[in-house]
Amino acid sequence: MSDLRIGNNIRKLRFHHDEMTQQALADKVGVTRQTIIAIENAKYSPSLELAFRIALAFDVPLEEVFFLEDRNL
Amino acid sequence: MSYQEKRAIVSLISTLVINAFYWLYMAQRYPSGDDYSPDVFRFWGSAFLILIAVSIIVKIIVYIIFTIVNVIARQETEPSITDERDRLIELKSTRNSFYAFMLLMVVALASLAISMPPSVMFVLLILAGIASEIVSEVSQFYFYRRGF
Repeated sequence: MSDLRIGNNIRKLRFHHDEMTQQALADKVGVTRQTIIAIENAKYSPSLELAFRIALAFDVPLEEVFFLEDRNL
Repeated sequence: MSYQEKRAIVSLISTLVINAFYWLYMAQRYPSGDDYSPDVFRFWGSAFLILIAVSIIVKIIVYIIFTIVNVIARQETEPSITDERDRLIELKSTRNSFYAFMLLMVVALASLAISMPPSVMFVLLILAGIASEIVSEVSQFYFYRRGF
């Protein structure tokens, strides 16, 4: 079974929310800017709770923020 | 380079410097004579206890200086929160550090089992302590650099 690659639309969503800064998003969801950078670059997969908090910050469903990049299981 | 990466490097350097100077100083005070005399065990006991105190005090001073220099030079302050990624990195670093310590601890005990003098075991314990700190700081640096 290959590793699941989880992509995200955070950069796009930030752009559509008046070019929200990484720091502003970090403050909104209660993490550091470094963590937002790591998530945005797909280097860190957030916990389910943080994933939902990010979705809530953009007021969109979870699947609009995160998606599977590789479905070959 | 992020604040946490710089902090890991500063901590690594301070660990190496503290231990190098401390053990060079203590080596001159090593009691002469029998390897099994009570003086030798008293020396090692007090040397480890003093190291703990010295290490804590020096590291606090180094962190204060690091924070001040960082604010003055780069206007960068320490992140006010510790989030889930920080905790995950801390857990993984502590795990790696624990493995390193346990490995050398077993080697230290093995040295007693093969009838080597107690000083060898204590030197291996020193190395276990230093190695575990190095592994912890290097792991933190690596995980922060990699992303988690």
